[in-house]
Amino acid sequence: MKARVHVMLKDGVLDPQGEAVRHALGALGFDGVRSVRQGKVVELELDASDEAAARDEVAQMADRLLANTVIEKFDVEIVGS
Amino acid sequence: MKAGVVVFPGSNCDRDLVVAFEGAGFQVERIWHKDSDVPQGVDVIGIPGGFSFGDYLRCGAIAARSPVCRAVADFAGRGGFVLGICNGFQVLTETGLLPGALMRNANLRFVCKNAEVEVTTTDSAYTAGYVPSERVVLPVAHHDGNYVAEDALLDRLEAEDRVAFRYAQPLNGSMRGIAGILSENRRVLGMMPHPERRVDTVQGGEDGARLFSGLIGALIPA
Repeated sequence: MKARVHVMLKDGVLDPQGEAVRHALGALGFDGVRSVRQGKVVELELDASDEAAARDEVAQMADRLLANTVIEKFDVEIVGS
Repeated sequence: MKAGVVVFPGSNCDRDLVVAFEGAGFQVERIWHKDSDVPQGVDVIGIPGGFSFGDYLRCGAIAARSPVCRAVADFAGRGGFVLGICNGFQVLTETGLLPGALMRNANLRFVCKNAEVEVTTTDSAYTAGYVPSERVVLPVAHHDGNYVAEDALLDRLEAEDRVAFRYAQPLNGSMRGIAGILSENRRVLGMMPHPERRVDTVQGGEDGARLFSGLIGALIPA
């Protein structure tokens, strides 16, 4: 089974990297980009067969290591087997 | 007095930190990151600067989950003194020993210079050797030193006099100019500037030396 964890800065936490990307897009002529938020995606291959249990375990992984929940939030996605 | 200096793969200020502790009169033992205990009789543990585990995932994140950091957390829980400098500060926020987080510098640039830093409180063993509101010069060298926390926490840190150091001029976007903070029991200090890089006149100044000499002075039973 494959899981994907999406880690993003929490709303309200300034994202200087996203802001730099927004400026660069403007420089390329892409007007009308109001905001850019940059995060990361972590893909995991799991031995698990039970989707609910896997989702729960991956959420614990995200909570304890993959995300810093002081400034980041995360979503767990089970991609399929 | 005995100090322990933790060494992770990618630490690069551990030797300087050893020299700074020794210069103040500490006996120093290095602690490897795979050790699950801190050496007997250690009075203070230093977590040095560098790029532990290549700063993979987030600065300090992997180091904070290493065996030695569990031992350091237990040591701090027993009232032990822990000093985290630069990457060491990032490790301490990642372990939860200090609140808040250190994000990428607001201007996205690595900042490497001698910075003017205000000693915001002298009410700690680490800052006992300074004068209140004194301005000192300490080197900074980091990409992720932008201290971030919720307003309520920032208010609390200030109300409890736990901001140890502030940048005299804006440096990296840090909220309220914070350069270093203390734990609730004032025995854990995390700071981005490098006192261990300014302990000898050949390094351009000795402003950092007083942190270590003040610390040993505060730790020796009166």
